[in-house]
Amino acid sequence: MFDLKSLYQQVIVDHNKSPRNFGKLEPCSHDAEGYNPLCGDQLHLYLNIDNDGIIQQVRFEGEGCAISTASASLMTQSLIGKSVDAFKQLFAQFHHMTTCDLDEEPDQATLGKLAALAGVREFPSRIKCATLCWHTAKAAIEGATRAKTE
Amino acid sequence: MNIDAIREQFPILHQQAHGHPLVYLDNAATTQKPQCVIDAVRHYYQADNANIHRGVHLLSERATAAYESARSNIAKLFNAASIREVIFTRGATEAINLVAASWGGTNLHAGDEILLSEMEHHSNIVPWQMIATRTGAVIKVLPMDDCGALCMEQLDDLLSERTKLVGIVQMSNALGTINPIAEIITKAHAVGALVLIDGAQAAGHLAVDLQLLDVDFYVTSAHKMYGPTGTGVLIAKATLLDAMPPYQGGGDMIRTVSFAQTQYNDLPHKFEAGTPNIAGVIGFGAAINWLQQLGFPAIAAQERELLTYATAKAEQFTGLRIIGNAPNKACVLSFVLAGVHPHDLGTILDSEGVAIRAGHHCAMPVMQHFKVPATARASFAVYNTIDEVDALFAALTKAQEMFA
Repeated sequence: MFDLKSLYQQVIVDHNKSPRNFGKLEPCSHDAEGYNPLCGDQLHLYLNIDNDGIIQQVRFEGEGCAISTASASLMTQSLIGKSVDAFKQLFAQFHHMTTCDLDEEPDQATLGKLAALAGVREFPSRIKCATLCWHTAKAAIEGATRAKTE
Repeated sequence: MNIDAIREQFPILHQQAHGHPLVYLDNAATTQKPQCVIDAVRHYYQADNANIHRGVHLLSERATAAYESARSNIAKLFNAASIREVIFTRGATEAINLVAASWGGTNLHAGDEILLSEMEHHSNIVPWQMIATRTGAVIKVLPMDDCGALCMEQLDDLLSERTKLVGIVQMSNALGTINPIAEIITKAHAVGALVLIDGAQAAGHLAVDLQLLDVDFYVTSAHKMYGPTGTGVLIAKATLLDAMPPYQGGGDMIRTVSFAQTQYNDLPHKFEAGTPNIAGVIGFGAAINWLQQLGFPAIAAQERELLTYATAKAEQFTGLRIIGNAPNKACVLSFVLAGVHPHDLGTILDSEGVAIRAGHHCAMPVMQHFKVPATARASFAVYNTIDEVDALFAALTKAQEMFA
């Protein structure tokens, strides 16, 4: 069943209206541009990763739909204080959540607020909106300057 | 005009979308197909399927007759000088690529200029960029104003003896603007330039007389004229086509082939290599018949009423900004809504059964001009109703409330 409310949960509407950690981060240790050619969603992600590989700060700026903006906002909150390895694990879990079968419940314990984005599974054309910021973070951490969703 | 009787002919319109009656307002992307077009395609496969132009058997003769009858329908609709001037392609995009590669590849040289407008679809930009890179030709751009109308006062300055081709969209798919092509053609010809008119968006909505307008190259797609996808047409002056090299080599485009020498076929076959989309062309012919029976004055009147009503509602709608207010426009209401990104609008409207397009509409320079990443676009066809416009605005209100 097509459920709009599962896509636009209150937490998504809220993070779209007031994105957290929004704006440039200067100086930063890592950054990358993300672009979704299908929708035109564009974002720039900045990170400060310390010598122990711990993400100390994350900020983003850009323009996109509610799903991409809220996803980026929620991601920045979830990454602060995490190690690069933990980021990679979380990305894998997030990616799984956005593409798995509808009857599989999101792993709330690991994903926390990120589970609000599970609704994109019902909307194939919007999955890339939710994953753009994650691909961009991965590109930034791996030293690429530009990430694309395809 | 009896809209109910027209809607009856479109089986696809009579369905529910997510529990609501389908409101199809994405006609600028592709129009729906009337039963007569569906029947023509089905009849070909059920009764006449054969390859054309060379079979001596009954089916091939029937298929050839149906295919060629579509060509003459098209020649009549656009008032082409002869059926030799009507070349079937995969669509408007392939037709432009044909002209750019064949005519452009032969006639463009370093320093020559191609003049395009700022509101072109990517299909009338990229083929010219490709040939410009190969030949050293230069692309110039006729800008538009903030209404989305071409800055015609700049045309004289942009045209010169260096201008070899002017490529202009007749009706903008992103804005609905109808361009003054008669004036552009006259001025382009005065400096010796040829003109390509991209009629993909226009040809299903307004009458076009190619001889009266003196168009050199005209392209359009069947699927935006109530016909099948994968079929389109290039209509060009025979003198130009005769002088152009073939675009693709293969069967049907030759008279004789040997390893020493190949002689090309006459027009229009010289430009139709390989087995074409026979069913598509036959469906295209049926769509043209259907359009002619309805008549462009009646079509335009219905579509004008829809756009006028929708525009008045849009102007009253808080937070809505119309993108494209040219004095002469049709069929397209492009807009942005404060606080709701076009892609979210597209999804929310879809959940209410309303199909619109959200995105850059393959016209990224238009988005750059208006400084928006994307727009929402409702586009109308002759079968749309005032009630459907009301459904659009009811869904917009719902989207706004959701994001409040």
